[in-house]
Amino acid sequence: MIEILEILANPNFWAATIRIATPLVFGVLGALLCERAGVLNLGIEGIFTAGAMAGWMAAWLGAGLWGGVLVAAVAGGLFGLLHAVLTVPLGLSQHVSGLGVTLLATSVAYFGYRTALPDVSSPPRIEPFPPLDVPLLSELPFFGPALFQHTALTWLALGMVVVVWWVMTRTPLGLAIRAVGDNPDAVDAQGLSVYGLRIGAVMAGSALMAVGGAFLTMAAFDAFFFGMVNGRGWICIALVIFASWRPWKALFGALLFGAFDAFQVRLQTAFGEEVPGQLFLMTPYILSIIALVVAARRADYPRALLAPWFKGQR
Amino acid sequence: MSTEPSAPVVLRMTGLTKRFGTVLANDGVDLDLRRGEVLALLGENGAGKTTLMNMLFGHYLPDAGEVAVADQAGRLIPLAPGDPEAALEAGVGMVHQHFTLALNLTALDNIVLGAEPLWRLRRDKVRLRRRVDQIMEDSGLRVPLGTLVSDLSVGERQRVEILKALYRDVRVLVLDEPTAVLTPQEAEGLFATVRQMAERGLAVIFISHKLPEVLAFSDRIAVLRHGRKMGEMPTAEADQAAIARLMMGAESETEERAPIAPGAPVLDLVNVDLQGPDARRSLHRISVTVHRNEIVGVAGVSGNGQAALAALLSGLAAPDRGEVWVDGTRVARFDPASFIARGVGRIPEDRHHEGVVGTMSVAENLVLEDLGSPEVARWGILRGAAIRQRADAAIADYDVRGPGPEAPARLLSGGNLQKLILARVFGHAPRLILANQPTRGLDIGAAHAVARRLLEARGRGAGVVLISEDLDEILTLSDRILVIHDGRIVEAPSRNRARIGLMMAGEAAA
Amino acid sequence: MIRIEPREPSALTNVAVPVGAAVISLGLAAVPLALAGADILAAFALMWGGVFGSLFAFTETLTRATPLILTGLAAAVAFRARLWNIGGEGQLYLGALAAVAIGSGAVAGPAWVLLPLVMVAGALAGAAALVLPAWLKTRFGADEVVTTLLLNFVILLFVQMMLEGPLQDPMGMGWPQSAPVVEEATLPQLLDRMRLHAGLLVGLAAAVILHGVMTRTTWGLRMRAVGENAPAARHAGIPVTRTLLWVAVLSGALAGLAGVGEVAGLKGYLTADLSPGYGYAGIVVAMLARLSPLGVVLAALFVAAVFVGADTMSRAIGVSSYLADLVVATSLLTVLVGGFVARYRVVRVRTGEARQ
Repeated sequence: MIEILEILANPNFWAATIRIATPLVFGVLGALLCERAGVLNLGIEGIFTAGAMAGWMAAWLGAGLWGGVLVAAVAGGLFGLLHAVLTVPLGLSQHVSGLGVTLLATSVAYFGYRTALPDVSSPPRIEPFPPLDVPLLSELPFFGPALFQHTALTWLALGMVVVVWWVMTRTPLGLAIRAVGDNPDAVDAQGLSVYGLRIGAVMAGSALMAVGGAFLTMAAFDAFFFGMVNGRGWICIALVIFASWRPWKALFGALLFGAFDAFQVRLQTAFGEEVPGQLFLMTPYILSIIALVVAARRADYPRALLAPWFKGQR
Repeated sequence: MSTEPSAPVVLRMTGLTKRFGTVLANDGVDLDLRRGEVLALLGENGAGKTTLMNMLFGHYLPDAGEVAVADQAGRLIPLAPGDPEAALEAGVGMVHQHFTLALNLTALDNIVLGAEPLWRLRRDKVRLRRRVDQIMEDSGLRVPLGTLVSDLSVGERQRVEILKALYRDVRVLVLDEPTAVLTPQEAEGLFATVRQMAERGLAVIFISHKLPEVLAFSDRIAVLRHGRKMGEMPTAEADQAAIARLMMGAESETEERAPIAPGAPVLDLVNVDLQGPDARRSLHRISVTVHRNEIVGVAGVSGNGQAALAALLSGLAAPDRGEVWVDGTRVARFDPASFIARGVGRIPEDRHHEGVVGTMSVAENLVLEDLGSPEVARWGILRGAAIRQRADAAIADYDVRGPGPEAPARLLSGGNLQKLILARVFGHAPRLILANQPTRGLDIGAAHAVARRLLEARGRGAGVVLISEDLDEILTLSDRILVIHDGRIVEAPSRNRARIGLMMAGEAAA
Repeated sequence: MIRIEPREPSALTNVAVPVGAAVISLGLAAVPLALAGADILAAFALMWGGVFGSLFAFTETLTRATPLILTGLAAAVAFRARLWNIGGEGQLYLGALAAVAIGSGAVAGPAWVLLPLVMVAGALAGAAALVLPAWLKTRFGADEVVTTLLLNFVILLFVQMMLEGPLQDPMGMGWPQSAPVVEEATLPQLLDRMRLHAGLLVGLAAAVILHGVMTRTTWGLRMRAVGENAPAARHAGIPVTRTLLWVAVLSGALAGLAGVGEVAGLKGYLTADLSPGYGYAGIVVAMLARLSPLGVVLAALFVAAVFVGADTMSRAIGVSSYLADLVVATSLLTVLVGGFVARYRVVRVRTGEARQ
């Protein structure tokens, strides 16, 4: 009991929570955009990997950190375009296409990495995004280190929550995206392009996912490793259901998940002697499954999710 | 009420002809629509109304003829044929039977969807709302704008659809069977507002196959049969019998329903309550008895509990309270398999969705309900030859036309699909038959085949529950008529159309 | 303006689409090869030699194909019923774990008892790993794609835990690996001095039996009906939930058997890197086979050949063997597009014309 309180009282725990949540925020927002438009994007796991690789590689080649983020976003957008073309105008299985994109993006990333760096035994490192100390606030006791010493990408993630929320709820574009995920016929009848909206949403969502991947190699770590995404993409797919496709709930879900994960790591150091470490490592995945089961009953899926739509066929 | 013939023509169809294979769906149809007039386009199912409208809206390319729409200055400009955008741009709007609304948006958002440039940082909701309020004011159509469409009633959703069209400044509005989903009161309200809109200059085409409503509120009537315009007249001069003859033709045959004395009860529902997913799919304390040799028609406006009754009799839903007796034994297990085993034949409402597995062959679909029977399979191994034989026999007996027993069922037309389902259902010699909208959307020939089979089953000793929104069908086929309204079922005291109509609207059976 | 019209796929396209997808994806491998600066023709020649160059090379391909046949069948049978089992990898590991739990000394007996016992245990373990998500789907509506994917990670961690705990080889000098499978629980070799083992026969038999089950039995008919139109199947009295759970049992068992084959036929003991993604590759195999059990055998051979050929090529000229993953991923996407080409016709329309 004392150990648990000690963990919660340590600002490092809260800082870690936010750090773990950051890539998930990008991922859940990306999945949210795609699914709100009616497209399930199981390419997420591969797009994370491709974004992690592409962003890191660009920075390593001298494009600068923000240049790397941009490259990652473009790479994600391109894989999103592939998924969107296959599933929207061609109406192919979103499940299979998404898994195909994951396999392709992952192997492109791995092949590209190995081809560029055939002989290195220890992965080369970059200078990652530094923590930004918010003036004054970062000096606060407890709250400073917990909340105000994060990298620019974490602040960007928070900004994207606001942007996605604003776009979805306050703009004509968001209205159209929500409509196209519910009933594409309604959008078509009002003279808007179903294909355009869906392809655009999937590309934008995939770009966000890739930036989440880039956070891993450019802020959380400073190098690219094989298998480093490790199911984070799939967790985002579970979290978006848990978040009922709402941006603020997505942020909350990611933070909640981050807290459990950070907690689990600390329990592991506290109890690692008596209990096998794998039991702790399992908890994030098990928690995601439980969250999914709990949310599934009341989940209000976008009605047109997974359903192909062809122009001129009512 | 009638528009003076001098009002300018806003829509002109000349010589529209469309051929599908050997079938002439439309044959040289001429039609004028004037400003401020309500034109009723009347015809049976399959008369060519839908094809005509599909040519108007560019979904079909006419084989001959053209459509012209008046521009702002009143000049008739021909529409580019086959261009779905052309009619919309010319100010012609349509309200389909199947609504195209996003249920997760409010009524207002559905109406204004697509009206603003997409790339705006914020929406000018105040201005949009003012404009919609103005349109509601002018047209007399009222909906709660801030409510999610999923929470609106069918009638309200239809009003949203019309408002969508009006928001786009349509000058010609086509309403496709608009009363099919409405209660009589809602229909009355619709007629009143359509009249009001017409008086303000809107031209309306009102597609229907219901004679009384057409006579009640249109200005002019055009009758289609077999794709041809059979006649056209001002409503004021129209004679009901003459129009009926134009619609049905002389060959209109009715089923012979020989009188038979009903036998023992085959279905008994005693005080059954069923709580469905919403009020429109629930039943409240219904008690119904159906006897052998009897067709019991259940009349009602769509969405008054028919779906719950059908689910109950299909074994898809269990009652919350009350008893269900089939053929003298009380039903304890509510699942489709045990209903099939008890000799209940079920003709589902949605043939494609619930009736067949489209990708599986005709032969496989025919045995889908009998997989446990030794004639179909022994120790789990399918008896291919026997199944094939059965399919050949069913195809011959029921006149299922299509590419053969091994072809996927989805290649069959609606009528042939229904015959396939009939063959499967009647193959069990059922004692009780649930026929849910069995002729909806069928051509006349297939509809006759269905009616004949139901009457045959009745003659053989089966009891039939016929759920239909088509009162004529119920009046023709049923020995007794029940009316379902708001989840409650009452027996109609007489076969009087008007009285049944009142009961469908929820007025007590006086 | 173009429009898309459905058409009836012919018998020819059922064969032409997968073959075409395989050929195109191999052809597209020229692009990464060129980017890696390799001599493309030489690389292809090396890959060919790696697969068909010798009897040994070819049996290696068959050995690789063995688990892929089983995971491919697992995916095909589940996808037929629209149960999106993406958890083949985890089911494979759980099957392997059960095999070593029983087959590495815990139970003693003659081969004719022990070998079937090990296989049944592995199959049951794999089945259990899929029945849970299938039950969560039918009971709570939890999307099985996500649950099976996440369970892969859970199961792999569980296997690692077992390999560092109760199942660790006491003679293994602290390595996280299981004790070796005993002689009586080992699948026999098929050829002298080759690694090819009887797991291949299990896979082939499973494919033939499954083909019969799908086309000739009431069970197969029910399964297809549930997959292709669940409401109609339910209306026709087919128990949808029960059918799905049985599909889960069968699919998971097949993937579990793949794991048994790898430890009891090939490796002899279990480590946490037993499978280089056979579970995921099985999805590609199933899609390439267009979910036909017999087609799975051919598709598994193709995928195995790509992996074996790329390995050989990689050892010779140093191009990353991730090329194989690229080819396999591309083949999945091309076969998907090929399926579209087979089912639809894209028609050019001049403006002003429209559909009928």
